[in-house]
Parts: sequence; structure tokens; C-alpha cells
Amino acid sequence: MTLKSVFAGFGGQGVLMMGYLLALTSMRQGKNVTYLPAYGAEVRGGTANCTVVVSDEEIASPVASNPDIAVVMNNPSLMKFSNLVRSGGTLLINSSLVESKIGRTDLNLVPVPVSDLAHELGEDRSANVVMMGAFVAVTGLLNLDAFKEALAETNLGKKPKVLELNRKALEVGAAAARQALGKE
Amino acid sequence: MTKRLMRGSHVLGEAAVRAGCRYYFGYPITPQNEVPEYMSGRLLEVGGTFVQAESEVASINMVMGAAMAGARVMTTSSSPGVSLKQEGISYLAGLELPAVIANMMRGGPGLGNIAPAQGDYFQATRGGGHGDYRCIVLAPASCQELCDLTLRAFDLADKYRNPVMILGDGMMGQMMEPVEFPEPIDPASLPAKDWTLTGAAGRPQRTILSLLLDPKVLEAHNYKLTRKYDAITRAEQDWETYLCDDARLVVVAFGTAARIAKGAIKRVREMGVKVGLFRPKTLWPFPYQPLAELARDTRHLLAFEMNSGQMVEDVRLAAAGQGEVYFYGRPGGVIPTPDEVAHQISHYYYGAGLDQAAAVAHRA
Amino acid sequence: MKKIFSKPQSLKPTVMHYCPGCGHSIIHRLVAEAIDQLGIRERTIGVPPAGCAVLAYNYFDVDMGEAPHGRALAVATGLKRVQPDKVVFTYQGDGDIAAIGTAETIHAANRGEKLTAIFVNNGTYGMTGGQMAPTTLVGMGSTTTPQGRNPDRDGTPLDLTQMLAVAKGSVYLERVAVNSPKNIKRAAAAIKKAFQVQLDGLGFALVEVLSMCPTNWKMEPVKSLEWIDQTMTQVFPLGVIKDLTGYDSKGETA
Repeated sequence: MTLKSVFAGFGGQGVLMMGYLLALTSMRQGKNVTYLPAYGAEVRGGTANCTVVVSDEEIASPVASNPDIAVVMNNPSLMKFSNLVRSGGTLLINSSLVESKIGRTDLNLVPVPVSDLAHELGEDRSANVVMMGAFVAVTGLLNLDAFKEALAETNLGKKPKVLELNRKALEVGAAAARQALGKE
Repeated sequence: MTKRLMRGSHVLGEAAVRAGCRYYFGYPITPQNEVPEYMSGRLLEVGGTFVQAESEVASINMVMGAAMAGARVMTTSSSPGVSLKQEGISYLAGLELPAVIANMMRGGPGLGNIAPAQGDYFQATRGGGHGDYRCIVLAPASCQELCDLTLRAFDLADKYRNPVMILGDGMMGQMMEPVEFPEPIDPASLPAKDWTLTGAAGRPQRTILSLLLDPKVLEAHNYKLTRKYDAITRAEQDWETYLCDDARLVVVAFGTAARIAKGAIKRVREMGVKVGLFRPKTLWPFPYQPLAELARDTRHLLAFEMNSGQMVEDVRLAAAGQGEVYFYGRPGGVIPTPDEVAHQISHYYYGAGLDQAAAVAHRA
Repeated sequence: MKKIFSKPQSLKPTVMHYCPGCGHSIIHRLVAEAIDQLGIRERTIGVPPAGCAVLAYNYFDVDMGEAPHGRALAVATGLKRVQPDKVVFTYQGDGDIAAIGTAETIHAANRGEKLTAIFVNNGTYGMTGGQMAPTTLVGMGSTTTPQGRNPDRDGTPLDLTQMLAVAKGSVYLERVAVNSPKNIKRAAAAIKKAFQVQLDGLGFALVEVLSMCPTNWKMEPVKSLEWIDQTMTQVFPLGVIKDLTGYDSKGETA
């Protein structure tokens, strides 16, 4: 099993934290993992992205020219990454902010309104964690509990109240994704 | 010991601290700014000293002073900054001072770009500065190996009283991977050095000099260095082989390029292509002999680098005319994909008819 | 009979290689006397320059570590940061400290490194054969200014010590000369004070010493002594440039 994921969005949407949370959780579950953030001039001007490779085997390249899944939090990221996802791969989009039509028909398109769901939770900044819940449901890579546990090791889980909120956000995201996939 | 998910630049810093390094002098340059950032905080915690110097030139000279005082000391930079340090590295070698220098290479020449590249191979392995000298050059290919080789770098520097360079790249500086760190070494537990400048209290004056005006004296010093380099060459070569036993073609690559090559090799192996990997972990001393044996047995080596052809010269020296040496490289900070390298492997493999049993009959 | 004159302990009994009339040997002696008087010989480390004083380690009987040209204060920074209890001084010429090493000099001063710098200004590149220095006077001949230093082509003499005064980390800066008994006495006090500043951990101290180079000035030694008074001090006036030490006139802590 090898899964190559790209996370992309505005700076401030917690895009790098999403990748970090995936990498950390995967490591704790005994997987091999690489996390590569875009850096320098590429991320000036407010966009951010990172690539995470999770595998049962030794990982060759931490770069994903054709990721299995792209998680896009805003429109510019959709433009940049929708064409790169491998055929048959997944595009997980923040449908609260992303309006563009997707030209490709060979992708598994999963729209989840994570910004709206975060707002309903009373914490706009938790949209990235809501999206991670959706990511878990869509990929089935690891179970939600593993992510809930790993949250405590990150800045998202430093205070008990915030940790509780973010664990809730994971559940909300997972439920919304299952709904979008027609699993519920 | 639990694994930590850490960025390469931080791994480098943490490994240095665990090696007993308490002094860091540096100047920011992308893509390794996180090293000075990490050290500025971490050295405070362990009672060490961090100085952000006014330039790479100043920082390597501060390293020189700290090394004269007997400390384990490190500076880090990326390609253009390492060019500026070359004067000091030549002096470190001439003065026989131990120091660790990391180069997280970026695209060049000139200002180039900040993407990962391997264009400083010549600079690192051929000396880089003026005069007859060598740096020990270590090339990690993962964050864990970056940790392990950083610890080894400090040991080698002290053992041989020689500068040691860790040759990584921008990707290794930025990438996070799980790392297990060893227990930290207490600098006070390290063996005392009997040549340091500590003040002539109850002993004669000590000097640390590279000015040797009498040609005969300088010649003798150079021969002494040469004997040291010979000893390092005999004792410190390190490399990894992967699937070489039945290989009919061997890819030779180091650092990031080697892991990309490994991915490519896995792919073509699924199609029955018998290819292996030779990965030098010490670029100087370069492991000529084990590679020569592979050249003798396979007759087909493919050097793959993220530059326009530098290590390939060492591969040719190793092969010494035994078979073909091919080259594939991408310069300028382009990160080649495993697919692209797999394509190159197939090209040379089938081009030489290595899928035919007759073509490899010489091995029998 | 009472012995009233002897070689300082911090100087080796070696014949120096300097030209007749050169100021380096006097300055070496003053530095060695200061080290002796402060009783710090066994914990002092010197950093010599590239320049005429490159062989200073043959004369000073203290630990010495050689720096690349211009980098003495960076090397000294490393030595001192590892061993804050030791006394570290640099001995640098005008080319070393005020041309190729300008950046290292300014930033060591600005960081307030607890170092003592002895800056020998003789307005010429002695060791390489008399080329223009950053401190060469306008109109002064050199092997690279055969018709005299021309401000339009070569710029004007750089007053490094004055520049260092604006750096917050510099504590004591004084310009002295070694061309007369009176000036040598003043220079001796300044050099000793610059070491005292380091011992007291106050910050960066530098003494600029105007020194004779009869060989490259192409002057009789006696004439070169007069030339410092008559010409060089017009551009580089003697005196304290900055003093935040709070010491009284005897160099004692106030």
C-alpha cells in the first residue's frame, strides 16, 4: 500500500497542519511516511501546499507528480492540482469555497463544505480538521481514532477544550464525506 | 525509543546537539534557514552558543576559532553560501581543525534557485577551496540517515582532525520523516584534545598555523596530510547496494537521487528488468573498489545525478574501462520522477540487449 | 646592581625580522608588557594577521592561532565564545582590519565581542611590497598609486576607528602613535586599558597605532617619525575616540 496525497489552499487555512497530522498519525501507526512542504518563492503570495506519502514499504521519492488524492481548500489550488491527480484518483474539495467546474470525468470527486461545517461547529479555523475527517472517511487509510489520538501531539490538541473541539471536527468531516459518497 | 516526525533541517540540528556540539555559527540561506532557527533555540536549552554571523565568510572563521579552542562546532549553509565558506574550509584542512559543515544544495550556478540539486559534488569532493586537501563528504538519503551521519561526522572530524561535509539538498532540509535519535553525548565526556589553544599555563606556547614558508616544511606537512587522507580512504568508505546480486545493470546514485532511483528500480524489477543500485554514502572517500567489482561483473553502470554529470567521473574512474558507463541527470533544481528514471533504465537495459541471456554470458 | 630593564616575559628572546625603523617591534613590546603587567600571559590567546606581523607567533610567548587575511576578529570570536574566561586579542594591519576584513571588524565591534584589537596603521601594504592601503593618504605614493593616491580614482583614507565609534558594542577606541617616547608612553597605557576592558567584560576595545614604515614610505627612519607628527596625524588625529569604560585617568575602574 502506498498513498500519495497533496494538500493545498490559502496560507492560514492550516494546509500544512493537515499534511503534518496525516504524517504523524501514519507514523504512530507504524507506516513509513514522508512529508514535503512547498517552500520559498513557491509559497509567497499566500498559497501553501504539501505532499505526504504513506506506505508500508520504503518510500522512494517524497514528491508526487501524480498524487492519488488532492485535497483542495480553495479555487487556485483546484486549478493547480486537479490536472495532476492520477486517473482514477480522488479530488477532495472544500465545496464551501471552491466553485470551479471540474473538466475531468476520470476522478472520484468528493465535495465537502468544510468551511461551513466548521462555522457551524463555532470555530471557523477548524475547517482543516473537518477536512481531515473527510480524508479519513474517503481514503479508509487509517481509522478516525488514530487521528484523534495523534491530535493530542499537535498544536491542535494542546488545550483540552481545543482538543475536544477538533476531535468533534474530525467526526463531523467524516460523516459529511460518507454522506457525499452515498455511504449513509 | 519513540520516533519523532521531524524536518531534515531540524534533524541536522538535533543530531549535532546530541553529538555534543554546543557551538553553531551561521548565516541564513534558503533552503536551510530552519537549521540556524532551530539551533538558536536549542543551544540555549543546553547552555551552548549560537551566533548569527554577518556572512558565511565570518561564520566559517568563527567555526575555526571555536575548533582551535577544542569545541565540537558546526556551520550549515546552501550552495552559494558554501562557496563563500571555501576559503575557511581550506584553512580548516590546512590547520587540521575538526569541524562539521553541512551543505543543503540548491540549484546553481550563481544565485540559481532554491530547489534541491546536486551540483556541488565537484566542489565538495575535489576540495572546493585552494590547495592540496580533502574534506570527508557524507551523503545521507533520508532523515534518519541524516541523523546518523551527522553524529558520525563529528566523530570523524575529531578522529582525523579534518573538516567533514554533510552533503544534502533542499529537499532533505525541508522534508519531514520519522527519526529515532540516539542518547545525547555529554561534551564533557569527550576525550580531551592535546593541541587546543587554551592559554600557555604551565606548558610551552602552542600555535595553530598554516603559514609554512619553507617549501620543504610545507611539503612535509602536505605529505602528512596525504598520509592522513590515505588512512581515511582505507578506513572510512561506506556504501549501500540494493538488488545487485543478479543485476545486469547497476544504477549509481547518491542522496535524494538514490532514493528516486530505488523507486525506479522497484518499478522495472516488476517487469523483470534485472537492475540494482549502488549508493555511495561517503562521496569522499569514494568507494571505488566495490564499484569496480560491480563494473567487472555487470559491465553496465548508469550514473544518475541531479546535475549535468559530476559523480559520473568517479564512476568512470571506478569502472576503469570495464564495460559501459551511462549517464542520466537533471540539473537546475528539477526533481526527476521515479518513472522518468525507470524509462532511462529500460532504455539502456534493452538498448544493450541485457534482456538477452547471451549479452550477460561473460558473467558465467 | 639593580636590574631596571628586561624583556617582557610574554616576548620570546628572538630577533625580530622587521625592517630597521619599523614600528611593529615597539608595538609587540607594548602588547607583551601589558599582558605581563596584567598577569594574564597564561590565559591569553593571540590571533595574528596576514601582513608584516604574520610571524608574530614567533615573538609572542602566548598561544597563537592563525586566521585567514581579514578574518582575525571572526576567529577570535570563536575562540572567545568557547572560552569566555580567556583573554583573546587580535593584531592586525590596516589592510587586514580595514579593507579585506572590514565586515568582520564592524560586526565584532557591533556585537560587543569581549575582544581586544590592536590595529597597526602604517598607511601601506608592507608585506606585499608597498601597495595602497585603505589608510594611504591622499597624494601619498605607493606601488599601485605611482602618482599618489588620487581621490577620484582611489577614494580617500578610511577612518575605521571613527566608524567603529557608532557601533553600540564598542566600549573603548583610541588612536595612538609610536613615533616618540611621549607617544609610546601614551600607547602603552591605551593598550593596557584595551586589555583591561576585556578583563572587565565591558565589550569591544580597539587601539589604533600609527606606525612607521620607512621602507615603503621610502624615508629615512628619523624622517618617518617626523612624518607621522607632521602629516599622518593631520588625517588621523591622536586621542580617545570613544570611551565608555568609566575608568579614571590611571586606568582603574571608577
